[in-house]
Amino acid sequence: MIDLGLLAQVTGGLGDPGPQPDLLEARQMQALSLAVHIPLVCFGIAFPAMILFLEGLWLRTGDPVYKALAKRWSKVTLILFAVGVVTGTVLSFEFGLLWPNFTATFGEVFGLGFVLEGFSFFIEAIFIAIYVYGWDRLKPRLHFLCGIPVVITGVTGSLTVIAVNGWMNNPTGFDVVDGKVTNVRPWEALFNDFLAHEFVHMYIAGYLVTGFIVAGVYARAWLKGRRDRYHRIALVVPLTIAALAAPVQIVVGDWAARTVADRQPVKLAAFEGLADTKTGAEFTLGGVYVDGKLKYGIPVPKLLSLLADHDPNGEVAGLNSVPKKDQPPVNVVHFSFQLMVAIGTALAGLAVVYLFTWWRRRRLPRSKWFYRAVVAAGPLAVVALIAGWITTEVGRQPWVVYEVMRTPQAVTSADGLEVGYAFLVVLYAALGAAVVWLLRRLTRHPPQAGPEAPGDSG
Amino acid sequence: MALSCLALMMAGLTAYGLLAGADFGGGFWDLTAGGARRGGGVRGMIKRSMSPVWEANHVWLIFVLVIFWTAFPKAFGSVTSTLYVPLFGAVVGIVLRGAAFALRGEAATIGETRAFGAVFALSSLVTPFFMGAALGGIASGRVPVGNAAGDPISSWVNPTSLLVGALAVATGAYLSAVFLAGDSHRAELPDMVTAFKRRALGAGAVAGLLTLGGLAVLKSDAPRLFDGLISGAGLAAAVVSGLAGAATLALVWLGRFFLARFTAALAVVGVTAGWAFAQRPDLLPGALTLDQAAAGDATLSALLVAMAGGLVLLVPSLWLLYSLVLHGRLDQSSEPLDERVRS
Repeated sequence: MIDLGLLAQVTGGLGDPGPQPDLLEARQMQALSLAVHIPLVCFGIAFPAMILFLEGLWLRTGDPVYKALAKRWSKVTLILFAVGVVTGTVLSFEFGLLWPNFTATFGEVFGLGFVLEGFSFFIEAIFIAIYVYGWDRLKPRLHFLCGIPVVITGVTGSLTVIAVNGWMNNPTGFDVVDGKVTNVRPWEALFNDFLAHEFVHMYIAGYLVTGFIVAGVYARAWLKGRRDRYHRIALVVPLTIAALAAPVQIVVGDWAARTVADRQPVKLAAFEGLADTKTGAEFTLGGVYVDGKLKYGIPVPKLLSLLADHDPNGEVAGLNSVPKKDQPPVNVVHFSFQLMVAIGTALAGLAVVYLFTWWRRRRLPRSKWFYRAVVAAGPLAVVALIAGWITTEVGRQPWVVYEVMRTPQAVTSADGLEVGYAFLVVLYAALGAAVVWLLRRLTRHPPQAGPEAPGDSG
Repeated sequence: MALSCLALMMAGLTAYGLLAGADFGGGFWDLTAGGARRGGGVRGMIKRSMSPVWEANHVWLIFVLVIFWTAFPKAFGSVTSTLYVPLFGAVVGIVLRGAAFALRGEAATIGETRAFGAVFALSSLVTPFFMGAALGGIASGRVPVGNAAGDPISSWVNPTSLLVGALAVATGAYLSAVFLAGDSHRAELPDMVTAFKRRALGAGAVAGLLTLGGLAVLKSDAPRLFDGLISGAGLAAAVVSGLAGAATLALVWLGRFFLARFTAALAVVGVTAGWAFAQRPDLLPGALTLDQAAAGDATLSALLVAMAGGLVLLVPSLWLLYSLVLHGRLDQSSEPLDERVRS
């Protein structure tokens, strides 16, 4: 498989790579832009469903607390969606501004996914506007129905984008003849073999991140003694959803890792810092990869073979199964992977405590430490999310299209990206500060349960 | 099929110019509305009209981009890598505009409102200028094929780019004033009707003069484009655009705002169509024809199938949004922006 790939490398659609003064800046700008956008995607996936759940409860019971909460959250959604719209636009432009040769060469292969995403996004924007501005102006049932497309398009939008990422890791749907991309089969590229596990992993991550962040906000209020019905519901709904998702994510993560072991063995070796191919490979906790060896870690015998192969004596490929120039940077990948796994496991543990208390005692946990842990769980879930994307994206290096196009081939020849990078850092720092500041204000003053003043929802 | 894909892309660009262009124009009027108390009414009206639709209006841009890189990948890579300065400027403007507008909606004091408002208004001015400048670089044949092969500065700092950039700002302001006059009329706010009517007439005159004067610029700076615009289909589209623009001015003068929306739209359609006709058969003038730029048939047909399927869902959704908006079903109460935060 690896050998076949090496034979099939392309020359870019814009010709051979010219000078590339700013590859490092381009990669960091891309990483920064993704790191800002991806947490917002999580809210796009999960938050509308939570809001509709509350609105559904309101329609069934007539209890105004559900409505007040749904309205409040939909206001937050509108702000996060607006920020998601603009940060997503940055990503679209970066396909050309940073990686013109990637897009020029493969746009016709992967573009279809983004066309479908464009429609999803469009319909999402339309119905979010109708939903948020339609409170108290549309009939309740119609209003509820207008929320459903928001939930669906939040999912389909991320699905199609992840299809493209899956394709970068598992490029199919084209042939390479004499370095040229031909015989393009865009639908085949869209439905590549990495789509399913990447999507499910990200979808559940969306519920984890959103659930724990929202629950964390209200856990803080809980610790400060705000324990009325409004705050109780606001805590229980997202926390229960996140707690149900957390253990499932471990199973899905195992599925994803096994697919990587099978199809991108070198990436898996980088996850684990495994230098040489071996049977009965050990799983190493921690450790730093120096001079072709993983040092200072705690090895657990045979665990890696067990995880990757479901066989304690299975063979796991090492980094050195390919030449050094085809290996990803090991330490970044290894550290990110372990961080993701560690946080994921801790979140699942927290979830089990919560679910167990609820199941056996029919009440919320009483320990202050539980609520402190929930407050911490939100930011930790975001860290795990970003670490997970670093694992898969840096683990794919040095390829932008796995074993077909190298990242330096894809980058722009334009100079002076440092200036753009500096701009972007300042821009996103200011944006982040402004959003956090406003969202904090929104949670500080719980609304009255009755109808809000008109004009308040904008 | 390449032609169908180009038509879809140009339709998307037209919709973006018309709808998002008007939203940027709203920022222009916000910027020039005067002090907090004097400009509060105008600003409140702009906010009320933009709030429910600006995100959907913005998505047309994403649409144009994804069709561009899917159907014409080589041209996309060449354009974006050469014109990276104005495009990056536009992106920064888009982020600032969208975020500041959304955040201003939650501002609680006049100081906060002012700060977010200033960012919103300034970025609304800068963004369409940069986009227009980039388009001017393409239209005047300054983008060669290749990875950042064109000149990073003169590709967008040149007579055609400056003209198109200025036109983009003026057209947006004009469209915005026409639409806002109509919205004010529907909201029964006679003060606002007068305010926006005056602005519409003024901006319409400026945009018209810029267009006429611009022809002289094109003649010397982009002669091939100029020749295309004074003959055949290019000329027809230009004439339609001019007549529709003049008709819009007349309709605004007469207070027939609903009809004016449609003639204004027609004027923008005329501009983008005229540009496309004038540039035939090139996608990048002098560097790449449409057929050379097009992706393979499998991609183009997949794109058209996906577009057809998507439009089946999109058109009714858009119809629902705009009918709710135009019938006032999503209307917020319009209150002067300064009073909203003072109370």
